[in-house]
Amino acid sequence: MDKPLLNVENLSVSFDTPKGVVEAVRGISFQVGQERLGIVGESGSGKSQTGRAILGLTPGRVEADRIEFDGINLHKAPARTIRAIRGRRISMIMQDPRYSLNPVMTVGWQIAEAYRVHTNATKREAKQHALDMLTTVRIREPEKVYGLYPHQVSGGMGQRIMIAMMLIPGPDLIIADEPTSALDVTVQLQVLAILDDMVRDRGMGLIFISHDLHLVSSFCDRILVMYGGQIMEVLEAGALDQAEHPYTKGLLNCLPDIDRQQGTLPVLRRDDAWMNRKGGAGGDVP
Amino acid sequence: MSQDTANAKTTIEAAGRISRSALPSRLFAFTKHGFSILLTFVGLTAITFIIGRVMPADPVLAIVGDRASNEVYEAMRLQLGLDKPLIQQYLIYLSNILQGDFGTSIMTTRPVLDDIIRFFPATLELATIATIFGVFLGIPMGVLAAVNQGRLIDHVIRIIGLFGYSVPIFWLGMVALLIFYAGLGWLPGPGRIAVYYDGIVEARSGIILLDSALQGEWEIFWNALHHLVLPASMLATFALAYIARMTRSFMLDQLNQEYILTARVKGLSEGAVIWRHAFRNVLVQLITIIGLTYASLLEGSVLTETIFAWPGIGQYITTSLFNADMNAVIGGTVVVGICFVGVNVLSDILYRIVDPRSHD
Amino acid sequence: MTDQPTETGLKEWLLSDTPQSAAQARCQRLYLAWLSFSANPIAMLGLAIIVVLVGMAAAAPLLTGGDGTEQALANRLQPPSVAHWFGTDELGRDIYDRIVWGARITLYIVGLVAIIVVPIGLLVGTVAGYVGGWVDIILMRVTDIFLAFPRLILALAFVAVLGPGLENAVLAIALTTWSPFARISRAETLTIRNAEHILAARVQGASTARIIVHHVTPLCLSSVIVRLTLDMAGIILVAAGLGFLGLGAQPPLPEWGAMISTGRQYMLDQWWVATIPGLAILIVSMGFNLLGDGLRDVLDPRSGGTS
Repeated sequence: MDKPLLNVENLSVSFDTPKGVVEAVRGISFQVGQERLGIVGESGSGKSQTGRAILGLTPGRVEADRIEFDGINLHKAPARTIRAIRGRRISMIMQDPRYSLNPVMTVGWQIAEAYRVHTNATKREAKQHALDMLTTVRIREPEKVYGLYPHQVSGGMGQRIMIAMMLIPGPDLIIADEPTSALDVTVQLQVLAILDDMVRDRGMGLIFISHDLHLVSSFCDRILVMYGGQIMEVLEAGALDQAEHPYTKGLLNCLPDIDRQQGTLPVLRRDDAWMNRKGGAGGDVP
Repeated sequence: MSQDTANAKTTIEAAGRISRSALPSRLFAFTKHGFSILLTFVGLTAITFIIGRVMPADPVLAIVGDRASNEVYEAMRLQLGLDKPLIQQYLIYLSNILQGDFGTSIMTTRPVLDDIIRFFPATLELATIATIFGVFLGIPMGVLAAVNQGRLIDHVIRIIGLFGYSVPIFWLGMVALLIFYAGLGWLPGPGRIAVYYDGIVEARSGIILLDSALQGEWEIFWNALHHLVLPASMLATFALAYIARMTRSFMLDQLNQEYILTARVKGLSEGAVIWRHAFRNVLVQLITIIGLTYASLLEGSVLTETIFAWPGIGQYITTSLFNADMNAVIGGTVVVGICFVGVNVLSDILYRIVDPRSHD
Repeated sequence: MTDQPTETGLKEWLLSDTPQSAAQARCQRLYLAWLSFSANPIAMLGLAIIVVLVGMAAAAPLLTGGDGTEQALANRLQPPSVAHWFGTDELGRDIYDRIVWGARITLYIVGLVAIIVVPIGLLVGTVAGYVGGWVDIILMRVTDIFLAFPRLILALAFVAVLGPGLENAVLAIALTTWSPFARISRAETLTIRNAEHILAARVQGASTARIIVHHVTPLCLSSVIVRLTLDMAGIILVAAGLGFLGLGAQPPLPEWGAMISTGRQYMLDQWWVATIPGLAILIVSMGFNLLGDGLRDVLDPRSGGTS
């Protein structure tokens, strides 16, 4: 793995509020190759905003030295180029299908639309591709589900439809923003399994954003730990126990472990000094 | 549980959700609504009954007028059944309404229903044209404002809208007549049609534009059209303002939703995002708004018709008011009230048909 | 996570992230709401207009020569001049005076209607929403019936029977205006009634009445206030319409709608008699709408404005 898919340098995202300027992301840098990168952090750590900033879809102000994808600097590219890249080369799976699917269109039509946007396919061809995709995400009776509306499908099925929709144009990189956080635990594993297969079969890069450290460590190759808009630490997934940063260690200690003997569950102690790290680099692609 | 069983389970659940919207539940919802509408109708008649018969000191006098002879007075008193208990009076009143009997007008000495049928098309004409303008101008304006939120065009449209629903329409009509009729002479004065054309066209639908076009009387058609411009513009100003405002509000709501983000992630053009995705969700709500607009215009015509001497139901009611012709006032109120309720019911039904979420 | 240096004194107290008392929290919310509101120039314009209106009404004796009812037939239908800023009407009365004194009538109407409809609407809505069951069904039926009514026409019929007059007009308008407030209160109550603090109050033994009055009603207030302000323009227009038809305030009271009506016949040559009162109505109506929009953006941002 030599050339990274995505190269982010010094990315910042800020919002203007009545109380002043809020910096959601502060000068972070990282690279993603054809691998699975997890971005872990609590609410407000800036992980979601990072994902959106890559696609140019955050309402905040984005500043960066580069956001480079396949030789194109997404930060400075014209709107048409970005639109061509969205969906076709980089895609994003969102958290809750109840809200992220258009309520007045059938799910099948929405999947087909994702295909037609980037190809010259006819309606029938697109429908066929959509049906094939529904089968790939292991939905039985794709014909019937094609004609359903979002409010008629369960959470797990909705996320599979979302996956189908986002992967149908065949992107190289997929950003999954809390893809299983809105699902029941049992359904989470099924959806993750499907995502796992598809990412592997198609050789895609994956950025997996979540607040669940253990989930990310079992699913991804590398992990970025974010706090306060900055990257605290970069870890290999298998090397969690070698974490050095006190925040990461604190996070790990907060989770109850059946094998560990401890009296009280420790509380994460935050240190203001972490906020002044200024950016933080996500390490190079190995 | 294996993967396949889990899949099967979810698919069966989904299938079950579809079949649940089968006939019995639809029927139930329908009767529930029908009952609700019925109740509103009863309420409307009850309130007009109270206003017309219970509240006046002497309801008979209110109906026959103070110039009526003693015999007429006595006859009406018996007809109204004022000696009977209130409930019975109300039932008589209600059954009369259902048969279309609103009593006789003092002014015109015709049955009130005949008068209403005569004058209603003029009001319908105004309200319909104004609503059409409001819809075809107001919706694009609202979308434009929402998409460009905070920029100049948004502020301009908001101010236009603000003007439209803050202005007293009768006053605006007067000013418009002053400028365009008296001042510039571009448009004709009050009235539905020039005096010398009155009565030439046979009134089949009651809508002069339609009748004259069907009978090939094009001079009369243009004359009627010219007379229509000012009063319809006044009402259209309000309709446009209201619809633009609501469209903007709904679009802003939708543009903040997650599924809009999804649409953008898919790489759709802004146009597709706005019109195919956001607007499609707004359309559903706009149906209710358009219904409300039409109903408001039916009502708002009351004052506009006075200014423009437009022979519609609004003018009928106000003239009857000044002549203390209670039957006519109450009759007109009931009819407009029914139309009001009717339009709202219709838009409610349309809403349910168009919105897939209300199908279950 | 702001980067601003902390400011001292009142501002810090108002902006701190950790309020020390309920009073401080409330002041903070009000201050933040004010900041948000005052950042909106259009809303501030609305506020300014209403403040001017109230000021005009309050200071009417100071701002005018007479009370707008003195006739001077020799002076009738004079155009605007230095002596008479807005000219004189058909009875020689100074129109500027009449406009200023008319502000009192406008405020009187709006104020009376508000005092009537808000308590009734709140009461009906909160009781229906909280108690539920048959009470809810009956109250909502009644509300829906009034909601389904054409406002002006019903007010017309009402006044036709009762006879013209300011109070009758107010009553007629109030009758057709209260329903939306009941609907709003009920909707808010339905969301609130299952909240945990309500449950806690019940567990503590609070009676239904106490819960409704002390816990539920305050939470409905912001939506109701927003709606009231937005409706005020409509109320003013209906009142003006009634006045125009001669059904509102009776002469010689300087009600703006009635002024338009009497000025109508002189529209061609003495346009100011009818036009200026209409401008006054327009400006005040716009003021309330602007204010209402601004309040809604601040108090109820999810209902789609400048969010």
